[in-house]
Amino acid sequence: MSTENKYFGQPLSRVDGPAKVNGQAKYAAEFYVPDLLYGYIINSTIAKGSIKKIHAEKALALTGVLKMFTHENRNRTAWLDLKYTDMDAPPGVPFKPLHSAQIKYNGQPIALVVAENFELARYAASLIHIDYEVEPHNTNLESNLGEARKPKKGLASLLKSGPPKSKGDVAKAYEKSEIKASGKFVHGMEHHNPMEMFASTVVYEPEGKLTIYDKTQGVVNSQLYVANVFGKAFKKVRVISPYVGGAFGSGLRPQYQLFLSVMAALDLKRSVKVSMNRHQMFSFGYRPRTIQNTRFGSNIEGKLQVLHHEAIAETSRFEDYTEIVVNWTNMMYPSENVNLDYKLVPLDVSTPLDMRAPGGVTGLHPIECTIDDLAYQSKIDPVQFRLINYSDVDSISGKPYSSKELKECFKQGGERFGWDKRDPEPRSMKRNGKLVGWGMAVGIWEALQLPARAEATLGADGKLIVSCATADIGTGTYTIMTQIAADCMGMDIGNVEFCLGDTNMPLAPVQGGSFTSATVGMAVHAACTGLQKKIIEQAKKIEPDIFKRINLDDIEFSSDSLRIKGHSGNFISLKDIVASTGKSDLKSRNTGLPDVLKQRKYARTTHSAVFAEVEVDEDFGIVKVTRIVSAIAAGKIINPKTAKSQILGGMVWGIGKALREESIMDHRFGRIMNANLAEYHIPVHADINDLEVIFVDEEDHIVNDLQIKGIGEIGIVGVAPAIANALFHATGKRIYDLPITLEKVMS
Amino acid sequence: MNPFVYTTVEKVDEATSLLSKNLNAKIIAGGTNLIDLMKENISKPDEIIDVNRIPGLDQIKELENGCIRLGALARNADTAYHPIIAKRYPLLSRAILAGASAQLRNMASNGGNLLQRTRCYYFYDTATPCNKRVPGSGCSAIGGYNRIHAILGASEDCIAVFPSDMCVALAALDATINISGSAGERSVAFADFHRLPGDTPHLDNNLQQDEMITSIDLPVNGFENNYAYLKLRDRTSYAFALVSVASAFEIEGSIIKEARLALGGLAHKPWRNKDAEDILTNKEASVENFSAAADLILKDAKAYDRNAFKIELARRAIVRNCLNAANLHSNPI
Amino acid sequence: MDDLFQSKKDQDLRETTGLSISHTITLTINGEAKELKLLPWVTLLDALRERLDLTGTKKGCDHGQCGACTLLLNGTRINSCLTLAVMHNGSDITTIEGLAADQLHPLQNSFVKHDAFQCGYCTPGQICSAVGMLQEGHAHTREDVKELMSGNLCRCGAYTNIVDAIMEVKENEA
Repeated sequence: MSTENKYFGQPLSRVDGPAKVNGQAKYAAEFYVPDLLYGYIINSTIAKGSIKKIHAEKALALTGVLKMFTHENRNRTAWLDLKYTDMDAPPGVPFKPLHSAQIKYNGQPIALVVAENFELARYAASLIHIDYEVEPHNTNLESNLGEARKPKKGLASLLKSGPPKSKGDVAKAYEKSEIKASGKFVHGMEHHNPMEMFASTVVYEPEGKLTIYDKTQGVVNSQLYVANVFGKAFKKVRVISPYVGGAFGSGLRPQYQLFLSVMAALDLKRSVKVSMNRHQMFSFGYRPRTIQNTRFGSNIEGKLQVLHHEAIAETSRFEDYTEIVVNWTNMMYPSENVNLDYKLVPLDVSTPLDMRAPGGVTGLHPIECTIDDLAYQSKIDPVQFRLINYSDVDSISGKPYSSKELKECFKQGGERFGWDKRDPEPRSMKRNGKLVGWGMAVGIWEALQLPARAEATLGADGKLIVSCATADIGTGTYTIMTQIAADCMGMDIGNVEFCLGDTNMPLAPVQGGSFTSATVGMAVHAACTGLQKKIIEQAKKIEPDIFKRINLDDIEFSSDSLRIKGHSGNFISLKDIVASTGKSDLKSRNTGLPDVLKQRKYARTTHSAVFAEVEVDEDFGIVKVTRIVSAIAAGKIINPKTAKSQILGGMVWGIGKALREESIMDHRFGRIMNANLAEYHIPVHADINDLEVIFVDEEDHIVNDLQIKGIGEIGIVGVAPAIANALFHATGKRIYDLPITLEKVMS
Repeated sequence: MNPFVYTTVEKVDEATSLLSKNLNAKIIAGGTNLIDLMKENISKPDEIIDVNRIPGLDQIKELENGCIRLGALARNADTAYHPIIAKRYPLLSRAILAGASAQLRNMASNGGNLLQRTRCYYFYDTATPCNKRVPGSGCSAIGGYNRIHAILGASEDCIAVFPSDMCVALAALDATINISGSAGERSVAFADFHRLPGDTPHLDNNLQQDEMITSIDLPVNGFENNYAYLKLRDRTSYAFALVSVASAFEIEGSIIKEARLALGGLAHKPWRNKDAEDILTNKEASVENFSAAADLILKDAKAYDRNAFKIELARRAIVRNCLNAANLHSNPI
Repeated sequence: MDDLFQSKKDQDLRETTGLSISHTITLTINGEAKELKLLPWVTLLDALRERLDLTGTKKGCDHGQCGACTLLLNGTRINSCLTLAVMHNGSDITTIEGLAADQLHPLQNSFVKHDAFQCGYCTPGQICSAVGMLQEGHAHTREDVKELMSGNLCRCGAYTNIVDAIMEVKENEA
């Protein structure tokens, strides 16, 4: 059968591009529903305590205000905590909206006002006054480091392994190391802030059936949550999400507007829409504030002797959110003496949530800056230092990497950047009266694949529709799955359509962790392969059977027909095959499963080498990232155009992480004070200068048959340390805390 | 946002008459700040008077005495790009274009720019005490996260800063504000328009409830030969100033004959210090003299928990910007 | 009268509060005159999205801090979240839905070609802003474009591709 790659590897424009540039693409809050009600959420203004009384008389007296939902009158929902558990829930008890009078964190949703229109609901909400019983709260990580403890284990920890056991004698080895480098690295809290705010439009249909347009990274996850929490049959809950206006991890768990809108719709038996506002986008999941210490030692030749890396992060009182922060140290660098430690401090805050390359972004910065420090002290070029400590084996698992073209990343990235022209001496390079610095860092991320299902349907018109309940959060899923399906079927891409984001479609996991391309790609491949078998079976029923006694391998799918290889005359059109069934289509639903037996012998990761240039105005401490080159080794690239965009996005995020972003909490109130886009500074156009992306060739026959490794996170992980290292090269000053705002740089 | 009565007026005196009858009425022009504040439940007018249809107030024109009159309804962008302003008052152009975004400048009016309210985190968060928002409730910024707050002219009741860029240039240029009220018209020197917080931080300026700004007059001298505006902020664009400086000089040879210096992001109003300008007069344009002026301006600067860096940042910004204005520094930021 | 989207929603507050009465206005939106009956507290953005089902104009912050709601008001780019619909009786409004006539606007094509978006949510605002910027005529260089487009945030980080897309159209126009 044909598997010629006509589209795989081609830089095609997005198939959903036209809908996104002409305003036709519909996001969760944009579906027209007649007679729609609007809900407005009220959030707590204290961090800990309980609700004494809610004064809502004025609000409820307004004509057009239907109801206020609180813990006192919410619908009956599931009793078991387990029912609130979603596909990405960490160990602990999930937050249950409007469950009781208890306040667990500042910004907790405590009421929903429902009215005939948005403005009225918003006004009504402003009239509601709440009396609290205030209890002392604690939101400060630094002042509670003594409370740090090991995280609890649970289902979600399966994908997030804890640190390995210590090796060797770390204290002694550090003491004996000829070159030592250490640092304390403090990272601020960050929020995802996708441009689209969380929203759910719940369409109430007779007999309690719900169709929900939800902002989510996985419609199945939202469906599971709604069905479990509200005790509804799965078939009565349909969740649809064709377009997602960015998510970056924030949509991995159902957000509270989903609960609130469903609750209101079921109670009022009307369709309800609830959108968060931008303040509320800071009232749930975030990249946790983390404090890390490193102590690395090497000998004078640059060979690493010891690696000590410990991290302490915040979490909520009710869930132990974890991420892989410290393990990367020993995955990347071999050493005889290793101590990696990861602890949590529970505080009166909401639970953190996976945010683009969770843990990787956090951990790589200290690792790569400490390595840079060793290289500088050893007077060894930073790239050379990493080559001295290069390994094709993951030292934690002892398994070889399924592929690791990192050396090629160093070579191609370094050449493009002009790394060999670097004067290693800090403060040696200047331009226009500003200090110039060149720094580099390595990135790493997992190449995972999970099981998923897809359905391929060949219609009577000869067109192929492939569907899967996955998502496209801007990553290009629509486009690359169309490419994979078209190639698999040997069809013109114009005759292929890929559909996603609907629970009526075959099951897929949430989109995230860089695993969607491989996971859904293999499901699409399986469905198309399954469909091909059915097409051939059917073709053989058509008289005369031109494929009689023809070997399967000699039958080829070519554009709109099935033919015998090398025999241009012997073919049957796909339309005729469908017509011969007497039905409207031929379909196949199949599962794409990871080849665990093959995969488990290998460590599977993507790699990057990031080279950054900064210009520093030392008087003012202003750092301008003038240039970044990112060389990426991530298996086969399905679409270089959309893939490049993923990496560019990661680089912009890296600049934000390094220099701009922090959610600032006033611990007196336990409240985030810059919960808006004017004072939470995500990079703007003017912040971004030259960004270059290189994909190096990488073959990998272990990860999956399509050689897909995933690229959603690898673009960001190495960027912040590369910038911090460039800043050291420019100024001779190591700044350990992120974001690097100007007062930290001012000389 | 509260409900309100919306009225359109076509004459200034209709607006001021409505204002005088309702203490809780507000004028809307561009609306870019007012509507934001209304959505945040910080401003709760029950009557909105739309003055956008009053003819003539959007004009920018030269007066007989050579001064330039900026209509209160002229948009910030139209002002910045106006040929007269771009040529004769480039400092004003630069300052306007350093503020907000192109979209906001297209909508925001000149009058409204003068009436912008602070970006203090606590002023904007109705869950925290703020004397400016609720007089007598306390200042949360003192003892709180006050990295962006004032180092000059603050009080124990308020350490908020005034956010405008345009007004820093207008302060340096010695503009005059023309105001109409139910009692008639008056003009106020720019320096006397905005207030320091003192114990009345809820009052940003000296405009009375029944008054509206009708225009802003620029004196003949726009300092078009020696001027510079510098804005230091947390991102390259679309962020409020941590420190901004407007410098304008008349220079003969290397001697400063007249000096103007105004600072933004540091106080409750655009900050001028006449003494510092006086010590530069008839002096050479030099690092030493600019440093002395900076020291004088910042002599009484007071830092809070998180904003001590602003004192040194302001000092360096003043010196650099003055050098730029005197064409002595070749490294623009 | 387009009665589909004003219905009972915008009429009945007067009895409750005595403070607000609805106004009837006409907006010419993408070349078509629309009569709307609205309370004054409805922003131009919410009038489009919630009353006229024109959801191409996006709400990203509702406070003038992101630019997703950018549209062209009498040809000038503005943030539609920070202005009241009633202030614009008689105005001419162009949204992303109105940029394309028979075929996509050159900027729309260029955005697709340069992959100048990922999630697509900031895209209508970016494109309307770019249309407005090119008409304003103050962007001469790539650096100018970056500065004058900085009112449009893109969280996916498509900035370099957006500027590439705009520069290509700008150079073709020149």
